[in-house]
Amino acid sequence: MKLAYWMYAGPAHIGTLRVASSFRRVHAIMHAPLGDDYFNVMRSMLERERHFTPVTASIVDRHVLAQGSQEKVVDNITRKDAEEHPDLIVVTPTCTSSILQEDLQNFVERATEQTRCDVLLADVNHYRVNELQAADRTLEQIIRFYLQKAAKKGTLNTQKTAQPSVNILGITTLGFHNQHDLKELKKLMGELGIQVNVVLPEGATVDQIALLPQAWFNLVPYREIGLLSAQYLQAEFGLPMVQTTPMGVMATAQCIREIQQVLNTQGQAVNYESYIDEQTRFVSQAAWFSRSIDCQNLTGKKAVVFGDNTHAAAMTQILAREMGIHVVWAGTYCTYDGDWFRAQVSPYCDDVIITDDHTRIGDAIAQAEPAAIFGTQMERHVGKRLHIPCGVISAPVHIQNFPLGYRPFLGYEGTNQIADLVYNSFTLGMEDHLLEIFGGHDTKEVITKTLSAATDLSWTPEAQKELNKVPGFVRGKVKRNTEKFAREQGLTTISVEVMYAAKEAVGA
Amino acid sequence: MTTTAQASQLTFDCETGNYHTFCPISCVAWLYQKIEDSFFLVIGTKTCGYFLQNAMGVMIFAEPRYAMAELEEGDISAQLNDYEELKRLCLQIKRDRNPSVIVWIGTCTTEIIKMDLEGLAPRLESEIGIPIVVARANGLDYAFTQGEDTVLAAMAQRCPESLPTTEKAEPTLQRLLNFNRKKEHLPTSDHPPLVLFGSLPDPVVTQLTLELQKQGIEVSGWLPAKRYTELPVLPAGAYVCGVNPFLSRTASTLMRRRQCKLIGAPFPIGPDGTRAWVEKICQVLGKPAQGLAEREAQIWINLAPYLELIRGKSVFFMGDNLLEISLARFLVRCGMTVLEIGIPYMDKRYQAAELALLERTCQEMNSPLPRIVEKPDNYHQIQRIYELQPDLVITGMAHANPLEARGITTKWSVEFTFAQIHGFGGARDILDLVTRPLRRNQALGQLGWERLVSPPQG
Repeated sequence: MKLAYWMYAGPAHIGTLRVASSFRRVHAIMHAPLGDDYFNVMRSMLERERHFTPVTASIVDRHVLAQGSQEKVVDNITRKDAEEHPDLIVVTPTCTSSILQEDLQNFVERATEQTRCDVLLADVNHYRVNELQAADRTLEQIIRFYLQKAAKKGTLNTQKTAQPSVNILGITTLGFHNQHDLKELKKLMGELGIQVNVVLPEGATVDQIALLPQAWFNLVPYREIGLLSAQYLQAEFGLPMVQTTPMGVMATAQCIREIQQVLNTQGQAVNYESYIDEQTRFVSQAAWFSRSIDCQNLTGKKAVVFGDNTHAAAMTQILAREMGIHVVWAGTYCTYDGDWFRAQVSPYCDDVIITDDHTRIGDAIAQAEPAAIFGTQMERHVGKRLHIPCGVISAPVHIQNFPLGYRPFLGYEGTNQIADLVYNSFTLGMEDHLLEIFGGHDTKEVITKTLSAATDLSWTPEAQKELNKVPGFVRGKVKRNTEKFAREQGLTTISVEVMYAAKEAVGA
Repeated sequence: MTTTAQASQLTFDCETGNYHTFCPISCVAWLYQKIEDSFFLVIGTKTCGYFLQNAMGVMIFAEPRYAMAELEEGDISAQLNDYEELKRLCLQIKRDRNPSVIVWIGTCTTEIIKMDLEGLAPRLESEIGIPIVVARANGLDYAFTQGEDTVLAAMAQRCPESLPTTEKAEPTLQRLLNFNRKKEHLPTSDHPPLVLFGSLPDPVVTQLTLELQKQGIEVSGWLPAKRYTELPVLPAGAYVCGVNPFLSRTASTLMRRRQCKLIGAPFPIGPDGTRAWVEKICQVLGKPAQGLAEREAQIWINLAPYLELIRGKSVFFMGDNLLEISLARFLVRCGMTVLEIGIPYMDKRYQAAELALLERTCQEMNSPLPRIVEKPDNYHQIQRIYELQPDLVITGMAHANPLEARGITTKWSVEFTFAQIHGFGGARDILDLVTRPLRRNQALGQLGWERLVSPPQG
């Protein structure tokens, strides 16, 4: 047992659902008790999704506990098949079904005989993997299933496309800025003269999976999701992969050079050096920013970095290599993949922390006293408490991290966004600091904040106490409205009764 | 499928139970704030933690007095000793927070692995010296607000039977004198003690208490109180009355285990409900109710601008928090037509007075009696919504945005559980919520983009 208030990565089924609901015409059925379909709320709220999230639950209740699911799961699968006509239904186990140990595979096989669609059981164990690992596995499982199916039917076409082309693997729903990153990657590929063959799983149909082998290579932008799929495609079809995240000026250049090499070994003669040079010096503002006086002032300033593997590693490298910032420590909550992280960031920071315990991270921030933090929403709140600015660079995130405007973290536009994020975080802290040194904005104490000259009214102690129970952000309004009401009624003393009379009358 | 014809009495249906609601462990979110010296320990998995973390939003960062006891594989396979594990965590909580009570929230997992929380708690309680209350608020048995019901039912057992004698060393005689003095201190208790149950924000508690005071009725306590150490005295024979429609377990515990007498009244939601609630209590306690008709009438006058907006409009409750019957009854009185009342669970005995008032309200307003759908099926409901095209759908967040994108106006149901909707003063807050999407519609007028999905997605 572990005492926990907060977790960085969600439970396994969330990963499976993220992958399943990223596809089009794929439906997920969770084997779960009432209330576990919270995923639908998150997707609908955070992504402001217009469509119904294609996830339903086959409810585990008392009866299921006593007698087993029996026909329930099969019925739910066949019903969903008839109602929604999906191409695929992914049966998703949860922590509850993990311990019930029902033979879900058997349900899936029985259902398959009655459905028009395909049915798969997500091969994830709640107690062994987290959200990210489960997403990685589920994507690979679906890809493997459909490639094997196509091979069996003899419809698999492994003929490469005429022009160089790429599969982009690992773009998912509820992924940190994934939609914007995808747009940026497509633009980048276009400028490099590379066709985008298939993007998985976001917005794809399962039919497109059979097209995967026609690409010249796979691009895996994020370390956490898509790697297993790319490895499978490499082993099975010899499809090379590029897995350098194009985040930051130098990493983007490196990614492009790897792509160049992959294409040239397949008989192309591309040279992207002049493109990289043009983009670096004139399109992206980040290289210029690193030479400007603004960035000079950041030299040697202390920062700490925490997040998932992809973003924390890339951010550490950007801060240290491209901006001259002193990264005191860098950390990741992807503890299952900690060695990779350590290898990535060790040269660029004093210390590496690999943990999913947020209190340890909070303490490490307090100890390091950095000038800025780059982390998740949790670190942002730690920063608030310690009065240290924080730029959010990784999930878990809030709705404000699903901006409507264009905010990629990858590619050349991504470098601009990151430069803004870094610079704004540091200057914000600096401004606060300077204000404090010079005594703040207002050097005279403000005597009253209310606009009502309430000299003729008195509040009884009980009413005052009651007023203090009202949340601070509306207290002023309640006070003003109550006083206005009292004045209109010709009252001079405000009691609790008057307060409620005012609430009833004018909604104070 | 749809009952649009005028039925002569309420119809009750039961569907598949395939609907969206919050897990009942969400009750810790408001109960830890209400009971200021408590600590809530949810014994469950990452799934539970993830739900709480996301559902509670920013509250999570405010050092809440709740935590997960996250079960790991070793706990599931009984390689670890439950008692030792819980003891370790509870001692840590005692050291860090020193609460007056630790509430263990049992979850689906503790049910399935049959962890004997009720058996472990008394042992651990005597060992660490902090009361441990066990509530099984799990998704196998309950929905959303019923979580509070399980906690309050467990707390009802802990209410003292008589006033605590603080000076234990005092001789019996003096204690008796002291007791009498305190009793005298309670003003005008010329009726049997009355304890109200249901967790409400403190301002609402004050308001309802005052409301009864005006009728000469003294509320001798609330379950829960602001602090665990202030749980109300609950002598056998005391009268109890619920303020929320989802408290049926608490009600039956109070009746069966504590020999209290339940006042079955409509709930004080809306001015009509509040008046009926106060009147029923007055009637049972033998106090003639005074001035309530005028009071209610005044509230309705104050609400006139809101009523203009909703009169004649139709509303569809998808059902997820058990407030649905009371809200529907109030909205019918406001002049709305209720097309369907979805509800997770319908206790016809505990809600009897509320159901009777709903029926009467519909007859008086000449409004068709709505269909009550227990354990609804969200998929079928959405088909009915497409068919009926209601003016307002009260629903969870999972469906709100997709319905809005299809031109159907929605109000997020969870807000009703967190807003202050009780008493005469709460009526405005309810209508503020109900009319907000309608006011939004007015404000945005006919911009021409009410439907924002391409037709085939339907």
